[in-house]
Amino acid sequence: MFDLATAAVEGALAAGATYADARAMISREERLDCLNTVIESLDQTENAGVGVRALVGSSWGFYATSDTSDAAARAAGHQATEIAKASAIVPGPHLELADVDVVEAHWQNPVDEDPFAVPLSDKADLLVEATGTMGETAGVALARGTMGFFGTDKYFVSSQGHRISQRIVESGAEISATALGEIESQRRSYPQSFGQYETAGYEVIRAFDLVGNAPRLGEEAVQLLAAPLCPEGEYDLILGSSQLALQIHESVGHAIELDRILGWEAAFAGTSFLDLEELGELRYGSPLMNITADATLPGALGSFGYDDEGTPAQRVDIVKEGTWVGVLTGRDSAAIAGLSPGGMVRGDGYNRLPMVRMTNVGLLPGESSLEEIVSETKNGVLMSENRSWSIDDRRLNFQFGCEIGWEVKNGKRGRMVRNPTYTGITPQFWASLDMLAGPDETVFWGTPNCGKGQPMQVGHTGHPAMPARFTGVRIGVIG
Amino acid sequence: MSEPFADDLLDEIAEAVLDRVGDRGEAAVSVQSGTLDLTRFANSFIHQNVAEKRAQVALEVASDNRVASASIDRLDDASLDRLVERTVHAARLHPHDSDWPGLIEPTEIPTALNWDDAVAEASPADRAERVAEFVGAGGGLQAAGFCDTEAFAVVYANTTGHHVRGKFTRTTLDGIHQTATSAGTGHATSTRWADIDGSSIGARAAELALASQDAGNLEPGHYQVVLGPECLASMLIFLAYYGFNAKAAYEGQSFFNEGEHQFDDSITLIDDATDPRAIGLLFDNEGAPKQRNVLIDAGVSRALSHDRRTAAKMGTTTTGNAVPGSAAFGPVATDLFLPPGATSPADMVADVERGVLVTEFNYCRILDPKTQVVTGLTRNGTFLIEDGQIVRPVANLRFTQSFLEALSPGNVLAIGDDDRFAANEFGHGMTHVPSIRLADWRFTGNARG
Repeated sequence: MFDLATAAVEGALAAGATYADARAMISREERLDCLNTVIESLDQTENAGVGVRALVGSSWGFYATSDTSDAAARAAGHQATEIAKASAIVPGPHLELADVDVVEAHWQNPVDEDPFAVPLSDKADLLVEATGTMGETAGVALARGTMGFFGTDKYFVSSQGHRISQRIVESGAEISATALGEIESQRRSYPQSFGQYETAGYEVIRAFDLVGNAPRLGEEAVQLLAAPLCPEGEYDLILGSSQLALQIHESVGHAIELDRILGWEAAFAGTSFLDLEELGELRYGSPLMNITADATLPGALGSFGYDDEGTPAQRVDIVKEGTWVGVLTGRDSAAIAGLSPGGMVRGDGYNRLPMVRMTNVGLLPGESSLEEIVSETKNGVLMSENRSWSIDDRRLNFQFGCEIGWEVKNGKRGRMVRNPTYTGITPQFWASLDMLAGPDETVFWGTPNCGKGQPMQVGHTGHPAMPARFTGVRIGVIG
Repeated sequence: MSEPFADDLLDEIAEAVLDRVGDRGEAAVSVQSGTLDLTRFANSFIHQNVAEKRAQVALEVASDNRVASASIDRLDDASLDRLVERTVHAARLHPHDSDWPGLIEPTEIPTALNWDDAVAEASPADRAERVAEFVGAGGGLQAAGFCDTEAFAVVYANTTGHHVRGKFTRTTLDGIHQTATSAGTGHATSTRWADIDGSSIGARAAELALASQDAGNLEPGHYQVVLGPECLASMLIFLAYYGFNAKAAYEGQSFFNEGEHQFDDSITLIDDATDPRAIGLLFDNEGAPKQRNVLIDAGVSRALSHDRRTAAKMGTTTTGNAVPGSAAFGPVATDLFLPPGATSPADMVADVERGVLVTEFNYCRILDPKTQVVTGLTRNGTFLIEDGQIVRPVANLRFTQSFLEALSPGNVLAIGDDDRFAANEFGHGMTHVPSIRLADWRFTGNARG
């Protein structure tokens, strides 16, 4: 496959590109969906091809083909260059690529048990057992289970001399129980809604203990139907770690993408409330807020060896003691901002243009614990597992719904409440962070469904998070 | 820039795959090839410009009601061998699927061709010229958006002898113009290249951006609203995905009650891939012809969207709404038409004593599929209306609102005469709708929270 990528780069240079890089990839995906002990779908996908990026003057072109012949790869390089020339019809400012070391390397993540070698029948049996167990609770109408596995072999070549191969294996699963009422439904999921995915093998599925957690989900879903509504008003808000992970993703991770800050995503995903002139000075949150983007965390979903521009994975400070200090960058955006490239550019398959993507954007742990947070809260609500999420195009005004909540009064967890929601403005919300659990309760949550770009790309990102408390948050907006 | 592979090559691949399966099970194969080229601009220049040529072979095999599917994007013999053996093997390991409806028998498909050579042959320079028109119409405002062209050919064949083919083109120009404090938007989607006028779309976006500068806050609360076509498009796609989806209804997660007056009399909603304006194929992912399906008739919920699985379970026939993944998610309508009313958008505004004019929604997410309570925000032009006049722009508002209640009897005050393809939360070319005026809408937040 290196030859394929090399041919694509040579094709681009021969056509006049001043810089070119190419990724030849083989991607394999397997997904099982189970409903009420019936495997609804078993789907396997294998994609292979080459995508080449060419720079002419200040303009980019990208072309991808699923034809894996040498001639097709060279033609793809030529096409990418011709597209770059057409881009110059509406030209932009002078463009440079920030320097990175030229590397020849191989990287792969540790895998104890190859998920593609595990018999399909074993996977199906596990989902059937887990959904069957959830369904044993009277009132559970829909017991669902999903597993997904991704295997990616990537070969990167650049005209500057990069030659990097990577093999990345990702695995994940989710089970959920839904109870249906007269006018609404209630759902509980595990390990988190939309699934927990890690850069690892089938061992993560075994560690989840899906069957052992199934009865609790069924019982909670049914209990929620009869639970009182989440109260409305200003309360102290305690978030479980998976919900806090999504809060980080939406209100920090996307906001710090340099392409958004520069306006490159303005028409679709939006921009950012952050202004580069305030980098190093803006108060993003309370002094407890320390956020890093760290692509080197073992097992986290946003980990890799090198990004899709050949820049090595690294840890970058984003927020230090509440002050905004870092952004997510690529070689072109970093050069514009006068920053070092952070190795944060990835594409969703060979046929998608690499773009700025979150790696593992998460909180560094505090010194408290969920037990201590609850015990020190007089009037609050604890919310767990995401149900809905929405945030504006500058990443300021957000509203989240969770699957389940509990009132917390005078230091004790009280009755369960249904349809919990909370809303806020990003820097005000983060400024109210006043308690943060420690390393023992930190989880490297994975988000396998991050949409961005046109054509749409689905990214895999990681978010270390732990239980936390925010004071004076508006909760209970349900329409 | 380059057309899909020839139809006869796709036919040959389909037959080659079915031959490989042989008598080892029922099998359905879908072979598609095509191009997707997209020119993206921001800060008034082209910053991303991509193209791809792909082929994909998707196979579903059922062996003694054990079903598995797989796909691959390489067409060489070894890859096709691997696809078939992997799928047959997986099917044998699969538990018995009591819901397997079997494959469609040979069925005639309408032959309308949603195709335009000019789209299939559009070059990067052609798209760049459209972008230049859009940017130029802004008179120096900051422009961002995309122009794309898509051309795909698809062959579906199965072991019952059903064999159909189709192809389509689509092109979209979608963008915004921005001032320092505002943005305005313009869209157009069509099968035909000649329908895309970059200058007029750009001028509309610039007009909105200039009109919505220096917006002030508006207190959240209940307001009468005039919603642009993009807003109604997003409301309808949520109703289609989560409500008129027969699987959701079968599972008890839909609001749908057949024959019940769930919507205002003025609402009729039709899913119709056979409409001459529709974009895309005339058969679905199971090779079934897409039917003209009246989902709402003068306010009365009439029909669900079905694939063969839901149809078999619910004792009816498919409406041709199978999509990739519908075995788990369920069938969905993708060609929604809401007929226009007789009121112009200007007249709708003139009839509002105090309310809000909304151009677009952004980031809508459903809180509960059964009640259709959705939260989202306004975007790209929101205005306060008083005494029939637009008095000032307002900063983006958050709403938390049941889309079902929004369209319920008595809440719809007028339907616009400005129907067109409007982008919705899930994409372009699926919803052809006008503006709408509603008596009550709940805004739950503003820029202050």
